[in-house]
Formats: sequence, structure tokens, C-alpha cells
Amino acid sequence: MHSTLFLILRRMRTPLICLIASYAVSILGMTLIPGVDADGRPAPPLDFFHAFYFVSYTATTIGFGEIPVAFSDAQRAWTIVTIYLTVIVWLYSIGTILGLLQDPALQRAIRANRFEAAVRRLRQPFHLIAGCGETGVLLLHALDSRNQQAVVLDIDAARISELELGQYHLDVPALTADARLPENLIAAGLHHPQCAGVIALTNDDPANLSVAVTTKLLRPELPILCRADLLDTAANMASFGVEDVVNAFELFGEHLGIAINNPGHHLLYQWLTGVPGEPLAMPMEPPRGTWLVCGYGRFGKAVARQLDKQGIQLVVVDEHPPADHEHAVTGRGTEAHTLLEAGIEQAVGIVAGTHDDINNLSIAMTARQLKPGLFVVLRQNRHANAALFERFAAQATMQPSSIVAHAFLSLLTTPLLPRFFNLALREGDAWADVTLSRIAAVVGDTVPEVWDRELSKTETLAVWQMLGEGATLRLGDLLRSPAHREETLACVPLLIKRGSTEILVPDSDTALQAGDRILFCGEAHTRHQQALGLHDYNTLNYLLTGNQAPGGLVWRKLAERGKAKRTATHPHG
Amino acid sequence: MNLEKVIFGFFIILAMTLNFGFVIGDLDNPVHHDVYELFFAIVVNLIATVLKFGERTQIGAIHLASSFVADLQLIAAAGVWATAVYLTGTGLTPGVTASIVSLAAGALAANVLSVIMLLVETVMFRR
Repeated sequence: MHSTLFLILRRMRTPLICLIASYAVSILGMTLIPGVDADGRPAPPLDFFHAFYFVSYTATTIGFGEIPVAFSDAQRAWTIVTIYLTVIVWLYSIGTILGLLQDPALQRAIRANRFEAAVRRLRQPFHLIAGCGETGVLLLHALDSRNQQAVVLDIDAARISELELGQYHLDVPALTADARLPENLIAAGLHHPQCAGVIALTNDDPANLSVAVTTKLLRPELPILCRADLLDTAANMASFGVEDVVNAFELFGEHLGIAINNPGHHLLYQWLTGVPGEPLAMPMEPPRGTWLVCGYGRFGKAVARQLDKQGIQLVVVDEHPPADHEHAVTGRGTEAHTLLEAGIEQAVGIVAGTHDDINNLSIAMTARQLKPGLFVVLRQNRHANAALFERFAAQATMQPSSIVAHAFLSLLTTPLLPRFFNLALREGDAWADVTLSRIAAVVGDTVPEVWDRELSKTETLAVWQMLGEGATLRLGDLLRSPAHREETLACVPLLIKRGSTEILVPDSDTALQAGDRILFCGEAHTRHQQALGLHDYNTLNYLLTGNQAPGGLVWRKLAERGKAKRTATHPHG
Repeated sequence: MNLEKVIFGFFIILAMTLNFGFVIGDLDNPVHHDVYELFFAIVVNLIATVLKFGERTQIGAIHLASSFVADLQLIAAAGVWATAVYLTGTGLTPGVTASIVSLAAGALAANVLSVIMLLVETVMFRR
């Protein structure tokens, strides 16, 4: 970066030397050529002071005239030389220097320097986001609304300028740079002590891979979240220990499979990963039976693989159908005869999953005409086509960018949530229905907030102190309202993680231990109410015992002494 | 032989010799200190400064710093001279001359430092 600055300085040498030399020659000439006084007699030449004054206003084309007295003809002759020499050199030099300052390379270097300084100044934990396309912007907005700092790298200058126009609470340092180059990641704060994690979100698998490799080598302890569109890349990343790889196609295929086989679990997933405050999703109940999958690319393959895994009957429609698939039909799927050949009459659902939005809509419209009650799943590739997809109102629309953003967000903000879903899948449908009704009872009809609490000194001081004193604390105590301890807070504990053991939907009698991580879901204000008891020793004491204990350290000591005395005088009391 | 190095060395040494030529003589005697010599010392010093632009070594940075010091001292000397002769009309009294020459002598010290660094750089290069 700094080499550009030196290069610019080097290029300034010639114009500056020309300027100095032309001034020197002109001034020297003026101090040697004799002048003339008012009577026409020879007078001494200009001294250095006046010569410098004269050349200064001549070179800059200001031109005050012959000062301090009228010139002799010899001086005028030299003035002609001075004018042509200095004016031309002045224009050339100043023009060149201004041009050099406008140099794109220099401007880039200046921007990069400012970016590095802004990153160095960060004093709160931040995430390094490489790639700020649709997914990146969604994630950035979500992080920003949770007051979490981010630093952004993107290869496209247009996206970075859009970022400057975006409405963010926090100042997000952003730079147009190639995230594949380690030096750019380092400039973006890879070595910064506050760097909390690296998120590779570019739409280029090799670039995400190289970000992951760089991070693993330079800061092995940092968590890395990666997007991978190809299974190869995902396997490659997992092989050297990338914590979380999100493949939008696989993820969607998996959830479609779950939605068909275990609608309850899918609804649970939708409720807990939605945007808090929005209406709760209605149960989507994809029918069981034969499904058509149109388009056998990355998405089609992922869906087919996941549906196969769930034991669902499939027919694949593609221009180049796979040889290894037993039910495959050749064609694009946009024409009625192909769909009829694939057996749309007997099918219950269709997945329009090509990489072309218009083709997907065309497939879906044809299919709906042939069989109106069909369950339609649409793949939306471009955010710009949202209006068309809304209008069509398919039963399920798959948008890779928002799926990846939601998956990353839950990984970043509530790392326990993915664990919860993994455990939940082992339970049956009946369990899912019970859990759903418990959640519905506390949150009403909007998407709940999900949060986790660690029983540690930094996060929940009061609980930590009390556990340290040897008190027994049960989960139910944390669910009491700090206003009236008999009332219960409107939230549901979903999971306790204690070392390597995990307790799914723990009941109120569960005894807590220091170091436990607990996942709750409920309304936002419940979370703040709960925080009162977790941070304040006296409030927690009230929740536990119902006593309004004395507040400060001195009063607490006095109360303890008083209690000890009473116990001593009344041994049986 | 590198032409750039020749020009570089030439201007640095010339800056020192001109400066030396101006400073030598009685400290307060204006006759011993020619104004043209001061003029050329300033011009050559400025050119030497510009030639040092864009050197990215540590020694290059010190070179540039010493040149800036010399420029500052010489321009201050010229400023004192212009003030005394034209602005206040005091003329070149022994006191004024002494202050002009001592400012230029300071610049000489910086220029000598530049030449020493030039020599050090050359010797290191030979090794």
C-alpha cells in the first residue's frame, strides 16, 4: 500500500525540480540585468528580494506590472524569457502534481489507509465479513440491529458504495478488496485482538475456501463460518476444521424433507429462526406422495438427495437427466407434455429448481394449470424478481441468500439453537406438537425472540455469586418474575448445555450449575425482565426466598451477624 | 555506474560546498558573505530535497529530514536578510550579519550530516 505513496512522491521529483530551476534562473537573471531610473540613467539591477517578488507574480500569471520602477529594455527582454519559462513550467508542474494526487492508485491507497486505521480503532468485538452481496447485506443489517460491529470486504466497488448509503447505526468499515489475498484480510483486522470471527459469504466457492484456509492458518482459534455452494467445497472446508459450513441448497432440501415427513419439527424451526415480532408462520403441510423435481443442477441434486434420504418418491425432469436415477424424464419441464410424461397427474408436489427464474415460474404456472391443487416449491435466484414470486404465491419459495443469512445469524447470535434442532429431530412428532403448544402459549402470535444465558461471572454475575456461595438454584427460580415471584415469566427454556451433556426442554426442577448455558425463547420484554434477576444479587435473593434482603455489603454483614446472634441465643429457634 | 546516483551525490555535495562557501569568513562582516552564494545554496538545497523524495529506506528518511532542516535554516537566513534590508531598513549591521551566518552555519551542519550519510550508504553498499 505504502509503495504507491513513494511512487507518487518519486514522480513529483521532475515537476518540482523544473519549478525550482526555472525560478532560480529567472530570479538570477533579474538580479544581474541593470535597470534604469526615471531620468533614463542606468540604475543598479533588482535585488534578490524584489526579483523573487517579481518572478512570483509573473510565474503564477498574476502580473502586477513593472514594480518597483519602470524596467529598462534589457530587463524587459529578460522578462519575456521569464514569462515563457516560468509560466509554462508552473502550469506543467502544478498540473502534473494535481494529476498525481488524483491518481486512482493513490486514492485507493489513501482509502485503504483510512480503512486500516478505522479497523485498528475498533474497541468492541467485530465480525469480519468477506463478500457483501444479498446475503451479506441481510446479515449486516441483522448484526447491526443487534449492535454487533462488522468489518466488510468486497471485490465489487459498487457494493461497497451501496453500503455507504445504507442506514446503519454503527459505522461499518468497508473496503473494495479481494478477500482471497491474505494481506487484505489482515488489513481488515484478522490479527486484531477484538476480531470475533470470520464469515466468508462470497458467491465464489474457491474464494470462500481461500478465506477459510487463510484464517485457519493465521488465527486458528477464530471461528469461521463459510458459505459453500458445492458439496466438494463443503467437504474440503470441513476437512481442515471449519466450524460451520452452510450450503443453502442442502439446507433447503433438508428442510423440505423435514417439512414433508415431520411438519411439526419444521414449524418449530420456522418459529425459532424467524425475525422476532413478525407473525408466526402457519403450518406448511407438504403432502406425502410422489414429487417432481424439475432441474437437476446443484439445487435439484441437493433436494433429490435429501428427499431420497427421507424416503420420498421422486421423478427428476431435466434436459440432461442423470443416468443413475431410476425415475428420470428428459425435457425442460416448461412444456406440458414433459410434465405429463413425468406423471404430474399422480404427483402431489413439484419443485421448480432451475437456475433461471423465468423458467421456474413458467414450470410452476404450467404445472398449476395441469393440476390446480399441486404443492409448488419455487427456487428464486435473483432478489430483483421478488415481485413476480410474491404474485405467484407458491406454497414455498426458496431464496438461497436469505436462507444462508438466517442460518448464519442463528449460528452467530444463538449458537445453542442449531444444537437444539439437532436434538429435537431425534424426538417424535408428538414431542414437537407439545413443544409448539408450550411456545404458542407464551408468545401469542408473533415470532418469539431466542436468547441464551451463560451462568458465568461476566454474563450473569448474581447467579454466579450465589452458586459460588453454595446455594441451590433451580431453573424454575430463573423463570419467576422479579415483580412478583409467584408469577411466571412468559418464556420457555429450550436447552441446557452443561459441558458435553445436553438437556432438551429441561423442567423447572432442574438444578443449575456454574458454567451452564441455557437457551430460552419468549418475548423481548421477558428477556429484559429476566435479566434483572440474573445481574442483581438482591433481586435474585428475592426470587429464591421471597425475602427483601438488605442491599449493600455493610448491611448484609450486619444482617448476617444479627442472624448468627439470634441463632446463638435461641438454639432451637 | 548509475547516473541517478551521480546526480544525487552531485547535488548533495554541491549543497554542502555552497553552504560552506557562504558561511566561511568573519562571522559579522557582511563583505565576507556574498548574497549570491546564499541564493545558490538555497536553490541547490531545494533541488537536493526534491531528489530525496520517494526513498523508502530508513536512511532515505533521515536524508530527507536533514535536507528539510537545511532548507528551513537557509530560508530563515534569507528571511532575516530580507527583513533587515527591506522591511525594517536596519541594513546589514554586524549583528544582523552574524545571525544570518549562524543560521546558515546550522544548515551547514545538516548538510554535512547528509554527506556523511551518503558516504556511509556507499561504504555499506561496497560491503
